[in-house]
Amino acid sequence: MNKAKATKFIFSFLKYLSLVFFSFVAVLPIVSCVITAFKTDTEYQQTNVMTMPESWLNFDNFVQAFQRANMGRGFINSTIILVAVLLISTLVGTQLSYVLNRFKFRGNGLIRNLFLFATLLPGIAMQIAVYEIMFTLNLINSLVGYIIMMCGTDVISIYIYIQFFENIPNSLDESAIVDGAGYFTIFYKILLPLLKPAIVTSCILKGVSVYNEYYCANLYLQNKKLLPTVATSLYTFVGPLGSKYNLICAGVIISLLPALIVFVTCQKWIYSGLTSGAVKG
Amino acid sequence: MTDNRLTLAQRLSGRKFQRGLIIVAFMTVPLLLLFVFTYLPFAEMVGYSFYNMKYIGTRTFVGLKNYIDVFERSDCFGALKLSLYYMVGSVVQLALALYLATILSFKVKGGGIFKGFMFFPYLINGIAVGFIFKFFYTRGFVFDTVLQWCGFELENLPYWLRDQSINNWSLVGTSVWRYFGQNMVLFIGAIMSVDSDLYEAAMLDGANKLQQFFYVILPNIRTIVVLNVILSITGSLSAFEPPYVITSGANGTGTYFVVMHEIAHTQQKVGLASAMAVILLAIILFATLLQKLFFKYVFRNADEDEVVRSSRRRRKVKVG
Repeated sequence: MNKAKATKFIFSFLKYLSLVFFSFVAVLPIVSCVITAFKTDTEYQQTNVMTMPESWLNFDNFVQAFQRANMGRGFINSTIILVAVLLISTLVGTQLSYVLNRFKFRGNGLIRNLFLFATLLPGIAMQIAVYEIMFTLNLINSLVGYIIMMCGTDVISIYIYIQFFENIPNSLDESAIVDGAGYFTIFYKILLPLLKPAIVTSCILKGVSVYNEYYCANLYLQNKKLLPTVATSLYTFVGPLGSKYNLICAGVIISLLPALIVFVTCQKWIYSGLTSGAVKG
Repeated sequence: MTDNRLTLAQRLSGRKFQRGLIIVAFMTVPLLLLFVFTYLPFAEMVGYSFYNMKYIGTRTFVGLKNYIDVFERSDCFGALKLSLYYMVGSVVQLALALYLATILSFKVKGGGIFKGFMFFPYLINGIAVGFIFKFFYTRGFVFDTVLQWCGFELENLPYWLRDQSINNWSLVGTSVWRYFGQNMVLFIGAIMSVDSDLYEAAMLDGANKLQQFFYVILPNIRTIVVLNVILSITGSLSAFEPPYVITSGANGTGTYFVVMHEIAHTQQKVGLASAMAVILLAIILFATLLQKLFFKYVFRNADEDEVVRSSRRRRKVKVG
């Protein structure tokens, strides 16, 4: 009995130790950045980076970073891109997963493999040739073009949807068919609402990757005055400003603030999303 | 009688038509996107690799010369060695993610907060990550300060981004830091979607936590685990972001893709860069094939165990 208790204690000690340690590792780089963002130039030069700033209300760096990097424009563009891409790719992704999961037809396996194979093609290498296609379609320096490109394959979310569909029993579809419902009705009226947790989850994942995307944005949205995204606006700090870390850290914090807000408010959805037992019973 | 049969046939054909319609309607757009932004550029890239060309201007056919160059130039193929660092990193990352996901899938005090902290780095954009870690690793800054708290002397610490014996590990660390939480959340999602009856049954069978993990959790989430393993190996072969945003590939941190990016976009040797891409793809395909075979073998055994277990369970229930 005592031995069992001791093992249990050791296990839960190790459990919490690992959780605390890895949480610390995860937040340390960000916290140090926040500390530095509140420091004045003299403070930044004279104190250790981990020394707390004199005032937590010194927002000068934030204001300056926001203006210098043209982040206002960046936020507008990023919002437009985000909304459009999420709407289109959610619709396309859930529909595709529905067909792939619920219908057996010739080519089903082939199509799954085509999508899986596509993930093997490294995105950055592909841009060598995609650039040519975007150019031919006249989609360089066009938000629409960038949005269409970003709606392309996203296997992670397709897998999330398919796995979710697998846990929704076919009997649900069958009873709806007996009631005389068509496939479109089944998809839009019955399955899509059930899929909501999976949709929210993959929207958050996809949304983050779209909001944070900078390589293609840099390549296809070359007009940096009119078409910066939040991420590419940070490029302003490369070069002469490169060692003013109090300013840079402020810009970095601004750029991740929206992600933080969305994360704190929608956290519940990420975690409870996939657990939903809506179909049981 | 005949009427009934007719309506049944009609209903069947209606069903069949609707089935075809929904398949076509729901698949056209994703397949079109897949074609235009993946397979068409892929085919073009293979074509480019046989030419000496820039983005603009004349192209001359050079046969296999680009491929030979990739192997002969000291800066191209050799850069692939750096992938080994990232591979080690991704193994650590996935194991860590699976471990933490398993812990967090059961009752833990403050689990939500821990989860949040560990997941958050994934939400930061690449350029910001670049700045954060340039700052983090600067001599005497964050990392050095923390190590000094732990009793290390600053003189004994290397320059994390300059010292060639350590700088690639520093970069791999940033990649693990950024993605382990995301892997963890995906795994938690998958573990939570496992039928909870299975856990109860396993517990009734007297399975301990370790057995639960290997016989209940792992087989049930293997789709997502295998996908992540494949993605992470692909990812380490094509490692790009950490060196691109943090060191710009300086001091021996230029991975294969950083070199390729430089050749394609700065030197504008599009043919050579395409050949590099095609060679890497061949390697990736080969690696993926090996992994698939490996996992097929491993999981086939696990499946057999699962069948034995469940039949045993059924017997128990019958007796009870």
